[in-house]
Amino acid sequence: MPTPRPAARARSPGAGPDRKGRAPRADMEKQMPSATPDSVRSDLPDARGHYGRFGGRFSPEALIAALDQVAQEWDKAKADPAFRAELDALLRDYTGRPSLLTEAARFAEHCGGARVLLKREDLNHTGSHKINNVLGQALLTKRMGKTRVIAETGAGQHGVATATACALMGLDCVIYMGEEDTRRQALNVARMRLLGAEVVPVSVGSRTLKDAINEAFRDWVANVETTHYLFGTVAGPHPFPALVRDLHYVIGEEARAQVLDLTGRLPDAVAACVGGGSNAMGIFAAFVGDPGVALYGFEAGGEGVQTARHAAAITGGAPGVFHGARTYVLQDEHGQTLPSHSISAGLDYPAVGPEHAWLADTGRVSYRAVTDAEAMEAFRLLSRTEGIIPAIESAHALAGVRRIGEQLGPDGVIVVNLSGRGDKDVDTAATYFGLVDGEGEEQA
Amino acid sequence: MNERTNGGTGAAPGGADEQGATSRTALQAALARAEADGRAALIGYLPAGFPDPESSIKVIEAMVEGGCDVIEVGLPYSDPTMDGPTIQRAADTALSAGTTPADVLRVVQATAATGAAALVMTYWNPVERYGPARFCADLAAAGGSGVITPDLIPEEAEEWFAATDAAGLDRIFLVAPSSSDERLRLTARASRGFVYAASLMGVTGTRAQVAGTAEKLVARTRSAIPGGGPAVCVGLGISNRSQAAEVAAYADGVIAGAGFCQRVLDAPDLETGISAVRSFAEELALGVRDGRS
Repeated sequence: MPTPRPAARARSPGAGPDRKGRAPRADMEKQMPSATPDSVRSDLPDARGHYGRFGGRFSPEALIAALDQVAQEWDKAKADPAFRAELDALLRDYTGRPSLLTEAARFAEHCGGARVLLKREDLNHTGSHKINNVLGQALLTKRMGKTRVIAETGAGQHGVATATACALMGLDCVIYMGEEDTRRQALNVARMRLLGAEVVPVSVGSRTLKDAINEAFRDWVANVETTHYLFGTVAGPHPFPALVRDLHYVIGEEARAQVLDLTGRLPDAVAACVGGGSNAMGIFAAFVGDPGVALYGFEAGGEGVQTARHAAAITGGAPGVFHGARTYVLQDEHGQTLPSHSISAGLDYPAVGPEHAWLADTGRVSYRAVTDAEAMEAFRLLSRTEGIIPAIESAHALAGVRRIGEQLGPDGVIVVNLSGRGDKDVDTAATYFGLVDGEGEEQA
Repeated sequence: MNERTNGGTGAAPGGADEQGATSRTALQAALARAEADGRAALIGYLPAGFPDPESSIKVIEAMVEGGCDVIEVGLPYSDPTMDGPTIQRAADTALSAGTTPADVLRVVQATAATGAAALVMTYWNPVERYGPARFCADLAAAGGSGVITPDLIPEEAEEWFAATDAAGLDRIFLVAPSSSDERLRLTARASRGFVYAASLMGVTGTRAQVAGTAEKLVARTRSAIPGGGPAVCVGLGISNRSQAAEVAAYADGVIAGAGFCQRVLDAPDLETGISAVRSFAEELALGVRDGRS
């Protein structure tokens, strides 16, 4: 029988607010909280990776030993001051953390006047929050004595981040990417190859992200002795949902300290986009123990959740088992996975991390769908009002913020996770808005 | 459940042993008959609905005619992470042909009618969606003996234990070369009918050689339960007579799947495919008889 997790975990002193969510005193040291994670604010998952009825391990027996190894190594690593110091140094000197918290005053005029604070993960090296997870897992790979890393990617953000970390640490790197996506994101394929990674186009199934994950699992089971599967989101079998959340916890930990510093109080709401849900889990985890802070996850509503073309697993899916965990899944009446759709490749995934499923069931987080059109409108609005081009993924959260702001009014304070920058989306936006060849902009 | 459920040594083929014929599934009876013959059982896999529901029944009939004692009827699934390209293609074909769980049960019924024991091999989500208890009841009613669940481990199987027990079905979990002794014990205890030993670390598909890890895994699985646990059958990579013989020398059953699918995929028409499938089953049936001679 597994032993229950110890109730108390070692924490570095001064690492943010305490368990009851009280703010640190103003006279406390001004330095940013330790960038390394801990998960003291949540008792979950349990020893077998369950978040209530969600999560767990629905994986081939052949992978259980490897999953156990990752879980055990992570438990040891996060209690090891040397590991924490090495990761902190990388996040500071390589990624550029802490990321800024930028007040978006002109954008806020379109949000009912509420104060809108952007957590600037777009300013990280490689352009999104993905690097936080990747650096931690690459260090973990080395601790496990493994020399080869595999990963899946949809749009290419996680693949580029993984290839980056492998280049930095001298690890062999193979990225699985759906054939459809390699065509749509040819520039990111070139980028990964430039960084020394091998990119394998996956031509089975729907040839998109879910099939890339299937193929990565197949590789892993055959090469598990030398290889770590550097999973890119808070989904998959235990311990990935907890491991990836812990590595992104730094987002919320910083944001919480920054908003207190800037406004002297906790925000009324925290918002993030949710595909698999890693950036959202990272920021939510630091606020989930603050009952006064409303948490909002915005899923990709595509052409509308009432249509067949969306990627909103919680809003429009049903509980099931997918990619190793019980969670919300887009599936038909027979349990076959349905194709997802979103204008944002990073949200185009037919399931969601199991902790989100649990947070949805408990009501602690409100999950809503944002359509392609609403996201693109927010994408353009932030670009024009703030001079910041967001990733289309993050634009879903920005569209959601406009709704929240209307409800809160001018007294409200909203923190939104700007999870990535939009450089990769300029092609999509140019086509969407008709910006090419002086055709002029279509007026929405 | 300390007796080897394949009947152990000395059980007469099809005979009324002390447990009585009704307490034994068709799978357990088939394994006992093979044991009494002094050979390993031959277990063949085909996805229901491949290449379409009616044709899959004909292919399975040829597998039984060729000498398969047990048929694993695959429930085609959109995301088969344990399968290599051949079975993925077969499952995709079956899904494109519109195969549903109801079709799977129909194929099971036809399989049981041939006299072979019928199992279902399925990833977990389709069962969860169908409802585990209802799935087991309907499978038992169709004449099925049990279910193989490649992505379900005993720790997640509480509801599954109850469902299979209530319907009197065997439940077959997998072990792998990477399984610890503790996990072998856990998995063998949870299994009924047999334990599926994955011969190597990898996905389904034919291989040039049977991995050397298989024999050791079978021995470790057997010794995991002192006094004897369920039978141990070996799958993954077995694709010809000599490989079948090699595995039959130490395992209670030999499982082949991709080789059958490949023959149907390669054939110019269904009749040719069926004929190739029958020959392949005959070849493997000789192999399982060579193994202990």
